[in-house]
Amino acid sequence: MSKDVAVIGVGQSAFVRGYEGSIRELAFEAYREAMKDAGITNKDVEASIVCSAPEYDKQRSPSGLMAEYLGLNPQMTFNVESVCSSSTSGLELAYSMIKSGWKDLIVVLGFQKMSEITSADSQERMGRGADIMWESPFGTMMPAYYAMHARAHFAQYGSSEEDLALIRVKATSYGKINEKAVYRKELTKEQCLESAPVASPLKVFDCCANADGSSCMILASADKAKEISSKPVYILGMGSGTAALTMSGRSTLYGLDCAKVAAKEAYEMAGLKPQDIDVAEVHDCFTIAELMAYENLGFAEPGKGVELIRNKETYIGGKIPVNVDGGLLSKGHPIGATGGSQIRTIVLQLRGEAGDMQVPGAEIGLVHNIGGVGIYGNVIIFGR
Amino acid sequence: MGFEKFGQVSFTAQSKIGGTFVDYLEKGELRATKCKECGEIFFPPRADCSKCLSEDMEWILIEGTGSLISYTNVHYGPTGFETDVPYILALADFDGIRVFGRFNKGIQEEQIKIGMPVKAETIKIDGQFSYEFSLA
Repeated sequence: MSKDVAVIGVGQSAFVRGYEGSIRELAFEAYREAMKDAGITNKDVEASIVCSAPEYDKQRSPSGLMAEYLGLNPQMTFNVESVCSSSTSGLELAYSMIKSGWKDLIVVLGFQKMSEITSADSQERMGRGADIMWESPFGTMMPAYYAMHARAHFAQYGSSEEDLALIRVKATSYGKINEKAVYRKELTKEQCLESAPVASPLKVFDCCANADGSSCMILASADKAKEISSKPVYILGMGSGTAALTMSGRSTLYGLDCAKVAAKEAYEMAGLKPQDIDVAEVHDCFTIAELMAYENLGFAEPGKGVELIRNKETYIGGKIPVNVDGGLLSKGHPIGATGGSQIRTIVLQLRGEAGDMQVPGAEIGLVHNIGGVGIYGNVIIFGR
Repeated sequence: MGFEKFGQVSFTAQSKIGGTFVDYLEKGELRATKCKECGEIFFPPRADCSKCLSEDMEWILIEGTGSLISYTNVHYGPTGFETDVPYILALADFDGIRVFGRFNKGIQEEQIKIGMPVKAETIKIDGQFSYEFSLA
């Protein structure tokens, strides 16, 4: 088990629709909260890693802008991108830079102002999220790909649209009590099932809420953390995997191979098993993504994920509480900020500071963050 | 060059093998590439073998019936496809070669089931060349 690098501060902006400020101001909201949480100043920071999906940014190379605005010159900075998993990729790099002994304290900042570009421009970029030579010419979109995974999962394991609706119902019950979530309304199973089709079998309420937002994590070496932090949360294990961008290159569509690879590596590094996890944040960009995550992370046997949601085992009080902050579905999904927000939730849980969302006695937490439709998978395990 | 003629909306024109792929479509043939060195078969077709690093490829015909792996009926399309919806995207397996594409517009979602046999046929739409799935 690794206990060499700790998260000593976390912050997140409110996730909102149409943020009325610049990307630098949006980023500063999460940065201010994380720096105050860690109790440090910009003089303590040795490097910054800025995570966003640049196709949504008007600013070219935003890390330069951010380093100046956050007051982090002349320290090193660079951008990291793996679409929706950018900020956990940033965290994994920061871990390596600290573990190597090169740096002792690093700021990992994630942000995305989805409303920075027009809705039409955004639609155009979404079409290019697939292989632009071989799949985009057919009119592909993210929901369509996840919909194909849902259909395959239904056929393979007997899961259903009702099971997916139950996942959204859970998300809304926690989104309601998360003051940083963009979607605060509670939904019934019937409302989810009656919502308009997007790409069958997925409907409007099977899809995560779009949002602008930022997240920030402060990472430190164990020695530094002991010196300056009263509440460090350690990275116990982490893993990362990939799978083919094209659907033709995937082994199956009823699970995500990148997540399985990442989970195996993270559990091995941490010396832990799925049953050891007390609370998890999984990448529920669509309801089906959460169902597949239950199985890919080993919380349930393949095909048995539906039992977890049907028996409310992924609620607080259940066997393995998942996304008890509303998840991407209700909290919102500002691409570059999402992984950092998931980590913030787990860090607060392990510190016992999650308020109404607290899982009593949580000691080990897991984050599962996916980039694209299962192109990139990052899994990170945390403990006190 | 020549790849700008592929698909309803083409996103890129330049590819070493794309033009040849479209030439075959024009002749009514859907083809994959096969590495002459190690025998690995690729779809989407490619110029380079990731298994043995060779660039010596031959074109093999995708024919017969495939098995439907999954599908979705799309109600919201990206830019360029807004007025084209609904359309059914699908992935089918032709004897180990997995092909991504669309179903013929005349086929309704209710007629489709995972595992059913399908065939792939080349098509021409407004001067562009592509292929689509239909019931076998």
